[in-house]
Amino acid sequence: MTRFLLRRLGQSLVLLWLVSVIGFAVLHLAPGGPLSQFTLTPGMTAAQLKLIAHQLGLDRPLPVQYWEWFSRMLVGNWGRSYRDSQPVLLVIGAHIWPTLELMVSSTIIAILLGTWVGVLGAIRRYSLFDYLATVGAMVALSIPTFWFGLVVIYIFSVKLGWLPAGNLYTIGNGSLLDYLHHLIAPSLVLALVTIAIWSRYMRAAMLEVINQDYVRTARAKGLPERMILIRHTIRNALLPMITIAGLQLPTLLSGALVTETVFTWPGMGRLFLDSISYRDYPVIMGVLMFTAVLVLVGNLFADVLYAVADPRIRLD
Amino acid sequence: MSDTTSTTAAIPATATSRRPRNRALARFARHRLALFGLCAIVALVFGCAAGPYLIAYNDLHIDIMHRFALPFSGPHILGTDQLGRDMLARLMMAGRVSLTVGFAAMLLSTVFGTLIGTIAGYFGGIVGTALMRFVDAVLCFPTIFLLLALAAFVQPTLFSITLVIAATAWMEVARVVEAQIRTLRERDFALAAEALGASDAYIMFRELIPNAIAPIVVASTLNVARAILLESYVSFLGYGIQPPTPSWGNMLNNAQEFLVSAPWLAILPGLLITLAVTGFNFLGDGLRDALDPRLDI
Repeated sequence: MTRFLLRRLGQSLVLLWLVSVIGFAVLHLAPGGPLSQFTLTPGMTAAQLKLIAHQLGLDRPLPVQYWEWFSRMLVGNWGRSYRDSQPVLLVIGAHIWPTLELMVSSTIIAILLGTWVGVLGAIRRYSLFDYLATVGAMVALSIPTFWFGLVVIYIFSVKLGWLPAGNLYTIGNGSLLDYLHHLIAPSLVLALVTIAIWSRYMRAAMLEVINQDYVRTARAKGLPERMILIRHTIRNALLPMITIAGLQLPTLLSGALVTETVFTWPGMGRLFLDSISYRDYPVIMGVLMFTAVLVLVGNLFADVLYAVADPRIRLD
Repeated sequence: MSDTTSTTAAIPATATSRRPRNRALARFARHRLALFGLCAIVALVFGCAAGPYLIAYNDLHIDIMHRFALPFSGPHILGTDQLGRDMLARLMMAGRVSLTVGFAAMLLSTVFGTLIGTIAGYFGGIVGTALMRFVDAVLCFPTIFLLLALAAFVQPTLFSITLVIAATAWMEVARVVEAQIRTLRERDFALAAEALGASDAYIMFRELIPNAIAPIVVASTLNVARAILLESYVSFLGYGIQPPTPSWGNMLNNAQEFLVSAPWLAILPGLLITLAVTGFNFLGDGLRDALDPRLDI
């Protein structure tokens, strides 16, 4: 176990380093680089730009700059926002919770619904339900999330008036019920893609398990179908899904960004977009790195959890 | 985001012919969804290419007296937008842009992904590991974040947006190709070519890639779907194709503020995006069924 953990940790550290190189490259290969925001100032001369570049250390060789940025980042100094001089990590910390809420609630919805659809599709393979679920999943994967959000707002907020059209809560009403009421629409919109993906993988995992010897044994000893399904098949089919859940993190984060835009949700996605329009380089970099690290840690966590949950997995 | 990996359709494989090509074709034909996808794509491509010549309105003609005309209610079949421009004409011109970006980004990302994947799979060792870890690292970034970070700082033109989309979409192709080349490399025909003294480039481009073409075709078909989606996302958020050039994505850009008064402005472009993306996803899925040798019985 320790060896497995160490190896997996080592791989993740290498990836983390690569991620930082790519992040740094994106920042510095963009035309203008971090200087670009100053060029917009009226009356800025080339000499002044050069001075700023020198003060910010941008005139030094790239590897030197990279090393300084990387070593600072490792100890938690991610720079300060150009907009309000807040430390980047604090800014991210203030915006991460709404996003996490959205991600967690939509993941719960997706796991419940997706598991149900996948299981039913697998035990009634090639049935009408299975066929419709297959087609439905493919269509769901093809719908642009933001457009689906607009349609949901149009139907449920504008036409029916059942759900609020956005925001975390109604101003002046911070009750839990109000909070949850605002969470319904965005988390359902975000869940659509995940439900589709989860149900397809769940169906495949069920089909792998359904013909295993131990399922036949359970049937032979006269266990009711329902018990076999719950105690044996679904339980075992869910194991590999831990990895899938980890792999879905980037998709989920991308979807969250788009969903937040449509529902004016004050999370990481909103922060990222605002920072882009302000050319707030340190925050853009910070969010980019933060999401990549989140994905990396999520995958590592999923791998370890899978190994712990499934004793058949050999750890070294 | 479309991640269409595990969606293989439920078609019982009953072989009707012994010739592999016929069998593949038969399986493809049986896949009605793929045919539907193909029809949708052909209809959209022809509609957007020829349509603007067939209707009386120009997509840029502003007619402020007839703005917000309802669809199916007057001379403008699909109504008009907030400036009185004909929606049908705009949708067609936007389709040209979106489909072109989709195809071009697919071509770029397929070529680049195939190149990286082939080199990594063929040489293996340190080169292969380094390249594939690089792919893993790029995949750690959520696509939309990376896409926006790149798109926000380039001058948004048709070409630069295509390039940026391709830059965020080549990794999956590289993974598929790498796995394929790695196994093909050990096959007898590749070893024979090597024994005959063929150069690395010859083996890669004349022996291995032609044999890996099926998964490449499948991946690139699904990549068109992904590229169209990505274009719509980045244009919707305002960093993609810039008005007055319409794209399906940027038509939705300010549709949200008219959602109450003129919902068709939001609904129509989204429907076309969904149709196009569904079409390519269905087609790619059908092609996978038809070309995947593991389904051969």
